Amino acid sequence: MHSLHDRTPWLALIVIGAGIVLTLFPVWIAFTASTLPPQAIARGDLLLPGAEGAATYRTILFEGARTSRMAAPPVSGLLWNSLIMALVIAAGKIAISVISAYAVVFFSFPGRMLAFWTIFITLMLPVEVRIVPTYQVVAGLGMLNTYAGLTVPLIASATATLLFRQFFLTIPDELVEAAKVDGAGPMRFFLDTVLPLSRTNIAALFVILFIYGWNQYLWPLLITTRADMDTIVIGITKMIGAGDALTDWNLVMATTVLAILPPALVVLAMQRQFVKGLVDTEK
Amino acid sequence: MRRKVIFRNRWLPYLLLAPQLGVTLVFFIWPSLQAVWQSFLREDMFGLSSTFVWFDNYRVVLADPGYMAAVRRTAVFSVAVALAALMPALLLAVMVDRMLKGVAFWRTILVLPYAIAPAVAGVLFLFMFNPSVGVVARMLTAAGVDWNPRLDGTDAMILVVLAAAWKQISYNFLFFLAGLQAIPKSLLEAAAIDGAGGWTRFRTIVLPLLSPVTFFLVTVNVVYAFFDTFGVIHAVTQGGPAKATEILVYKAWYDGIIATDFGRSAAQSVILMIVVIALTAVQFRYIDRRVQY
Amino acid sequence: MATVGIRAVRKRFGGNEVIRGIDCDVADGELLVMLGPSGCGKSTLLRMVAGLEPISGGEVAIGGRVVNAVEPKDRNIAMVFQNYALYPHMSVFDNMAYGLRIRGLPKAEIAGRVRAAAEMLELAPFLDRRPKDLSGGQRQRVAMGRAIVREPDVFLFDEPLSNLDAKLRTQMRVEIKRLQTRMGVTSLYVTHDQVEAMTLADRIMVMNAGLAEQVGTPAEVYARPASVFVAGFIGAPPMNLVPVQVGGGSAILPDGARLALPAGAGQGARAATLGIRPEHLQPDPLGPVRMTVDLVEALGADTVVHGRLAGGTVLLARLPGDAAVRAGDALALAAPPEALHLFDPGTGRRI
Repeated sequence: MHSLHDRTPWLALIVIGAGIVLTLFPVWIAFTASTLPPQAIARGDLLLPGAEGAATYRTILFEGARTSRMAAPPVSGLLWNSLIMALVIAAGKIAISVISAYAVVFFSFPGRMLAFWTIFITLMLPVEVRIVPTYQVVAGLGMLNTYAGLTVPLIASATATLLFRQFFLTIPDELVEAAKVDGAGPMRFFLDTVLPLSRTNIAALFVILFIYGWNQYLWPLLITTRADMDTIVIGITKMIGAGDALTDWNLVMATTVLAILPPALVVLAMQRQFVKGLVDTEK
Repeated sequence: MRRKVIFRNRWLPYLLLAPQLGVTLVFFIWPSLQAVWQSFLREDMFGLSSTFVWFDNYRVVLADPGYMAAVRRTAVFSVAVALAALMPALLLAVMVDRMLKGVAFWRTILVLPYAIAPAVAGVLFLFMFNPSVGVVARMLTAAGVDWNPRLDGTDAMILVVLAAAWKQISYNFLFFLAGLQAIPKSLLEAAAIDGAGGWTRFRTIVLPLLSPVTFFLVTVNVVYAFFDTFGVIHAVTQGGPAKATEILVYKAWYDGIIATDFGRSAAQSVILMIVVIALTAVQFRYIDRRVQY
Repeated sequence: MATVGIRAVRKRFGGNEVIRGIDCDVADGELLVMLGPSGCGKSTLLRMVAGLEPISGGEVAIGGRVVNAVEPKDRNIAMVFQNYALYPHMSVFDNMAYGLRIRGLPKAEIAGRVRAAAEMLELAPFLDRRPKDLSGGQRQRVAMGRAIVREPDVFLFDEPLSNLDAKLRTQMRVEIKRLQTRMGVTSLYVTHDQVEAMTLADRIMVMNAGLAEQVGTPAEVYARPASVFVAGFIGAPPMNLVPVQVGGGSAILPDGARLALPAGAGQGARAATLGIRPEHLQPDPLGPVRMTVDLVEALGADTVVHGRLAGGTVLLARLPGDAAVRAGDALALAAPPEALHLFDPGTGRRI
């Protein structure tokens, strides 16, 4: 082992250092810009944070950016929309996937394979390949500009169902039989044994799906037309407008930082589950 | 694929499947069938009636030089994003794998961009590369580079590729690192005893053993570049300047939602559907191969 | 407490019949061991009694009630699984209490029963632990405890000791025997280990290829094996089985040696398979069996001698530990007539 790493890993340190700079630099610049006055940004003095941060964040969070060039709603509302969307999508996907995987794995019934393939096929039908008709269905159901419209159409999940199925197949037969002898029926076994055993899988999926929900773009763009229903990610791009020098970059970057913070915190706080979730869902 | 020991119940499994199947049928299967159906229809100017036109929409789409340009553009964009996201990720993973300590710490920082939405990554890059205020754009200008993604199509393409790749590096890094750490150290020690130097070991042992991961990541990155980068394009360039960054997904969205040409948008959707099915099939071949190991 | 009736029970998996008609009545409080090689159907039979496997033909009765269509939970049975099947996310206490809670027993009663069982099994200090924090033997005892607290009519054991190391297995075997005797609960016990079967059983059912070859007390099964299969399966080292000609009250070995059969046996001339347990072949200078010693295994208490008759037939003899025999020696052996077993070479049944 040691002989393969005998030299001081200077090269490794340099490369990793460059990687870290590359990773953090854009976020750092966004942060400093959010704390600087527009004049400083225009001059390009971006490497160190300024003193305007508190005011900028207070403005965008609670009043919204109302300048001569734009009238964006308060970011607190957008954050709330994103949070609802991410939580409902993550919880919804997990809930309906865990029960459908349970049905497919622990029961035998006519149409079982058909049901499985129907779920599986959704892997090949992302929103991006059925934009207009999906929009029409949601519009037809009167779900435009609603939380239901933002979330329900996304909570089917082949990935989560496959993951749970995979895990359920590893539960020993004897455990099921022991439960039967103990007198537990299917729902009892599900609630008392299968769900508790699925805890780590649920946590891992939650991280991945929370990020998935938070980072949605095309879907909210299609489904919402009212500014107060926008998610924060959509809100940012609307604030950029023409994207030229006239953009209030300090406000945009403050919003950007707020958009990055929640998913980043989830990843940092649930690092282990995140890695597990990412690797497991690709199996 | 089923367990040996199961429960017997006539209606419970259907009840458990109902929510998933309901959402799937209403919001996935039905719209997809609609897309196929609409791709064979043409609406009149006022959207009042439609006629069945067989493959006319496909003929129009495929004969449209604008569409074929978008196909080529998407190919260039996907390959560029995949390369720009895979190479640095592999390099970083190899270096982190060589570290004896602190692997978890470096990993934590390097995976952070995964949490960032593609559109937000686009905004970060838009800001850094903004010709008038961007830090990086200033450096480029100072270095004598004529940089203006708002006017120059190539500059714009480079910008969206960078933004899209930057976000994806963390994902690839994680998988490469996992792949590297799964290689038994004893293999490398055996190779070292056989007289293989560091580079030879990497080329003859590490890369071949990493090939399933690499293959998997290539398909994932292509899928990502095809579909998930809509946000990057929409936030950074809106497909411009002069359609220089209009990739297929963006065009399908634009033609359907903005230009409301449902028939042609549907035909484009169906073509994209075929692409996804092909890519998914490729990806599952990878899983088959891995099962054999 | 209950009897168990197994009547003409059959099991088919697709076109493959794995239990081909088995009859057996287990008396109240009896411990019946189902013994056989893997694939003989012993676990399947046990699982049909448990209700975990549908019955293809015949019927199973517990306490006189036919239970073919009764769910496992309503059969009032308890089962100990080979891999214990403990709920990994529940404490030892909860594992034992789970079935009682589902049955809606009052809390105090549950706690009382679990503590009593834990006391009996020396698990009291571990009630708050999870299964993964226990040793193999402790886990096994939790599985037993889970069965005991239910106070069932019948205990079903599916190779409960096969995941333990040899020393623990011996220890737990004794413990199971003691518990079962003390509680007097009718028990069905599946194993492939003949020592376990011999030591635990009131009666043994020796199974082969979906059939019960013999049901009897350990002594009967050992002393009067009903078939070549039983003869070969029970006893270590295994019984010598030699093709012979029978006639004139003797069995004639392939090399021509004649062994006298018990008075009245072997009058008509016929071909047969002769069974002699190795321990019944003892040195006797005048003995009719003459073999050349190939290999000597000195086991301490015994010496197992592998030898060869003139025709090449291999025989095993189990001699006292101090027997002075070496490879290459010529050895003369004799066997008492009442220790000889004759089987039909076609059907394998005892003659």
